[in-house]
Amino acid sequence: MTDTPLNPPKPWFVARPRKSWFPSNPRDLWHFRGLLARFTARDLTLRYRQTVLGMTWVVLQPLLGAGVLSFVFGSVAGLSAPKGIPYLVFSFAGMVAWNLYSNITMRAGTVLIGNAQMIQKVFFPRLLLPLSQVGSSLVDLAVSLVVLAIMLAVYGIWAGWALLLLPVWLLLFVFAALGLGLTSGALAVPFRDVQYVLPVAIQFLLFATPIAYSISAAPASTRWLFYINPLSGLFEAVRWSTLGTPFPSSGLITYSIVASLAMFLLGVMVFSRLERRFADVI
Amino acid sequence: MSSSSLALSARGLGKAYTITHNATDHVTMAEVALQRLRHPLRRAEREQFWAARGIDLDLHQGEVLGLLGRNGAGKSTLLKLLGRITTPTEGEIKLWGRVGSLLEVGTGFHPELTGRENIYLNGSILGMTTKEIARQFDAIVDFAGVEQFLDTPVKRYSSGMYVRLAFAVAAHLESEILLVDEVLSVGDADFQKKCLGKMRDVASTGRTVILVSHQMRSVEELCQRVVVLDRGRVAFDGETADGVANYLQQAATFVPDSDANARPGSGHLRITEVSVPRTNLAVEEPKRIRFRIEQFDTATDRCWVTAIFRNSEGVPVAHCESLQVGMWYSALDGPLEGEVSLRSPWLHPGDYIVDLALQNYGMIDQFDGACRFSVRPGYPYRAGAWDEAARRDLVPPDFDFDMQGASVGADALESPDRST
Repeated sequence: MTDTPLNPPKPWFVARPRKSWFPSNPRDLWHFRGLLARFTARDLTLRYRQTVLGMTWVVLQPLLGAGVLSFVFGSVAGLSAPKGIPYLVFSFAGMVAWNLYSNITMRAGTVLIGNAQMIQKVFFPRLLLPLSQVGSSLVDLAVSLVVLAIMLAVYGIWAGWALLLLPVWLLLFVFAALGLGLTSGALAVPFRDVQYVLPVAIQFLLFATPIAYSISAAPASTRWLFYINPLSGLFEAVRWSTLGTPFPSSGLITYSIVASLAMFLLGVMVFSRLERRFADVI
Repeated sequence: MSSSSLALSARGLGKAYTITHNATDHVTMAEVALQRLRHPLRRAEREQFWAARGIDLDLHQGEVLGLLGRNGAGKSTLLKLLGRITTPTEGEIKLWGRVGSLLEVGTGFHPELTGRENIYLNGSILGMTTKEIARQFDAIVDFAGVEQFLDTPVKRYSSGMYVRLAFAVAAHLESEILLVDEVLSVGDADFQKKCLGKMRDVASTGRTVILVSHQMRSVEELCQRVVVLDRGRVAFDGETADGVANYLQQAATFVPDSDANARPGSGHLRITEVSVPRTNLAVEEPKRIRFRIEQFDTATDRCWVTAIFRNSEGVPVAHCESLQVGMWYSALDGPLEGEVSLRSPWLHPGDYIVDLALQNYGMIDQFDGACRFSVRPGYPYRAGAWDEAARRDLVPPDFDFDMQGASVGADALESPDRST
């Protein structure tokens, strides 16, 4: 680097053509940390102020989802939940985690396009837009966790100390969701069809993931599909922590943990790589 | 000036945008994939358009720089590069401090949120920390004058209040380097004056400012130095007065797009000739433009004509549309001649450019810079002292005074001598 003789102090920032796979200036993220909270507050305020049913929907959505899945798998397909756990509670526990995952993925995947105007006119670390979707999704999660807690109390289900590890599994869900959300969100800027493909992919994932049934309930011939899905182990782990079902095999859970973190890293890299063109092509 | 340290330094800065030919703008991934499958070896023919190139710029701390240039000269691109909104294609920028960009007022304002919520949201987006916003909150509210409406959603604000609040947030940015684009031209006259005052304060607090404006007056008042851009390059860098003169000259020597086939519009009808009977006019004389219209396609024979009179800064002064006086032109029976005559308002001395357009619920022929004329110095008023004061008004008025009462008599002024 050449220093201008006039100017001994190091520049605060240097902009150059770059093709980097990592965020350009981590200091920006820290300076703009207040914006992360503002974006989150904005989303929450708008969601709960605009609809009369605001809060009600947050409770109803996973309940209805769990109801449908219980009907499909419990009644139509004739699967059964572990002894002592009603099917609705069994699928609701899965639905709570699933909603966290799908909300973050969907919102992070579309938030850039929804804020195109801002991206063209002001600088701020673009990463904050998808990251801000985590906070509002966590609030939704908190509401459904309360409902789950009531259900567990009513049916007298107690998983014991395993409950303490629940936040860890949920955090891994957040990482996995950001992985897919950041990747698809960044790709959706130059390629608008990505935003139409994403809901289909998530719909597919809903059925290819053991949310309302355990892996052991799936036919042996299709089980490999569940083993390569990094979410499988996390769902089993969530049920272990809330319903007291058996802990997933150590291989499966290790794979799930590593894969979730790897997906997050990949998402950050793809995002950083494409980020510099956002303002030009959005 | 050179004794103070640099705030911003750009070397060989360039930004290219890619224009894709033959391949019809693939915006979906599926299309791109399909294209690759069909023609595995052929890459889409691409042309690079350099919006800015080879720009060297050093700005010292506390300098207030005016950035001038015609539309498309690269001003916005340069601001976006310096403001880190987009990354350079070549060259580098060094910044010694935070940059705040005011390319538009109210970025990120949400109509459903209250004034208070929007101040925090917008301030954060512009790069203020929560602490800074809290410290400036009262000043912002006070500047915008919206105390009573702080907890009202901004969708219920009048457009004036909305703009005032948006500018107020931006005006309280504390970044060391500030990039401002045209935001001075918001609000009513009083508020504009207030904004200009605020800009003067900012400039005097030793912060580094780059100001893009089409209003020469604010540039002359605020800036110590001017850079003029032309087709993406620095055409001038120096003293404000010289820079403004350079820019005005550049704006005046603007070459019209006289190639009819290259002009925008459907081309069913074309303006084939434009003439100005008298090119050197007095302030109060009617400004007449003659034009000839020919038909090139049977699809349309009728149109109306619009003439936009612009001053030498490119600011539209008068918009004359034949439809508004009930005139349609039809070239069905061969070429036709027409004339537009601007009787009022009068025009200040200076050079004028006229844009002509043929329309028919759609653009048929858009002929920007179709002709030019100049208005010679001297006003048709009695008192010479008037000139200086009123030169800054938008137009010289054509007016009368009337007096009724007992003392009307010998002292009453004669009406000004007008030759029209």
